[in-house]
Amino acid sequence: MLQNIFQYSFIIRGLEAGLIIALIAPLIGIFLVLRRYSLIADTLAHVSLAGIAIGLLLGINPVLTAIATSVIASLGIEKLRTSKKVYGESALAIFLSGSLALAVVILSLGHGFNANLFNYLFGSIVTVTASNIYIIFILGIIVVLTLIILYKQLVYISFDEDAAKVSGVPTRLVNTILIILAALTVSIAIPIVGVLLIAALIVVPVITALQFKKSFVLTIIYAEIISLFSVAAGIFSSFYFNLSTGGTIVLIMIIIFLFTFIIKKK
Amino acid sequence: MPQVDHKKNIIEVENVSFAYSGDENVLQNITLSIHRGDYIGLVGPNGAGKTTLLKIMLNLLNPKNGLVKLFGQDIQTFKDWQKIAYVPQKAVNFDVNFPATASEVVSMGINTKIKLFNRTTMEDRKAVEDAIKQVDMWKYKDRLIGDLSGGQQQRVFIARALVNRPEIIFLDEPTTGVDKQAQDEFYKLLQKLNKEEGITLVLVSHNIDRLIKEVMHIACVDKTLTCHSSPEEYLTASEPLDIHGKKIKVITHHHYI
Repeated sequence: MLQNIFQYSFIIRGLEAGLIIALIAPLIGIFLVLRRYSLIADTLAHVSLAGIAIGLLLGINPVLTAIATSVIASLGIEKLRTSKKVYGESALAIFLSGSLALAVVILSLGHGFNANLFNYLFGSIVTVTASNIYIIFILGIIVVLTLIILYKQLVYISFDEDAAKVSGVPTRLVNTILIILAALTVSIAIPIVGVLLIAALIVVPVITALQFKKSFVLTIIYAEIISLFSVAAGIFSSFYFNLSTGGTIVLIMIIIFLFTFIIKKK
Repeated sequence: MPQVDHKKNIIEVENVSFAYSGDENVLQNITLSIHRGDYIGLVGPNGAGKTTLLKIMLNLLNPKNGLVKLFGQDIQTFKDWQKIAYVPQKAVNFDVNFPATASEVVSMGINTKIKLFNRTTMEDRKAVEDAIKQVDMWKYKDRLIGDLSGGQQQRVFIARALVNRPEIIFLDEPTTGVDKQAQDEFYKLLQKLNKEEGITLVLVSHNIDRLIKEVMHIACVDKTLTCHSSPEEYLTASEPLDIHGKKIKVITHHHYI
């Protein structure tokens, strides 16, 4: 009783959005993971939830409000972190719990969008509307182009920030751009994998690829393959077996990670 | 080989004091000039402010008072950072799982300016190749940086510093975690860079005994500048030697804890 999956436009939309996100998530992820910034993905996701709540309350496209809130918050996090008055991870904790609190309060103000909210928490390809595809596509291109331009600088900063700074890399600017790109990626990925699972999408393919102990370029390529495969496989199997899309994608990624980890440990 | 002009000071530290946010001064009224082609060792006990001074000279830290000039220009407005290279202390205890080959690490040093289309040119590749060969690491170029020995890693970091053909290299405790034989080879390489290429070297170390055989000048830092002389003068000046003789013992003791 396999149905023809491509007769449903929402599946095609979900797949398009999913693959764009699968492509950009590891590109951002590798720099976040290597700089011990992994938690920032999770924090920005929670911030995006506050943005989604605002969007739902005001009746604006929640993806847009999520993008706006997470970009603003990302600048705040970077400012707090570089001020050195607060520890890096404490800065994240403030934003994570603060924005979750804001989201809950806003949601308690409005009634009747709880079912919709569930989709944003755990992701569902049904949430990907036609206008979202355009937003995801345009932002995806912006993220990829910026990463190509800043690739060398980002690699250098991730490896050795002080030496990069001395040889003329504008570290502050590059760090700020990276965190804005992370915010954009997180907020456009939310419709597919949801707020609670997004960090896995950004982090897991990268840590899996790192187990292979290859060069930087190869590590990125491996992470891309794992990410694209997991997202495609996750979307198809969640459709056929009627499972949560985000959950299925993340479980596939984690299975690949465990498999790699066990094999590579030998 | 570049002409070495021994009269020209290319690093000038004038009356610099530094404190970490409101605490007491770590450095107090330091004045120090380093000329082109110099090979100077900044020595002193742990916590004496050597690394802090080095970071001030690199504009990684801002002094509370005083002024630093590189090539005669105030460091705040200095733009020619391609002339400067830095091998940080943490280069020896960096993330060993970082996924980069030796040649990828070296190419990080090249083309650090942000350009819209920064394609790696043939010249860039040649510069990376030359730098790797210069430190004798060509056969290890495709190994992961974390899989190399401490001495080999340090050579890769030197190659990264060399890739832009710098005029000054700053090194912070470069031989920590490097075995004796690799240390000797490492110092030989530094001599070659200094003598043959005319590169000015500023090296922070607490291993005075070893450094004294290598450098042209010794500057002792212990909150203030307690000496600045040639190694011979340093050894013959009996009084400072006594003071530092005691300190050397303490330092060595710390070193082996």
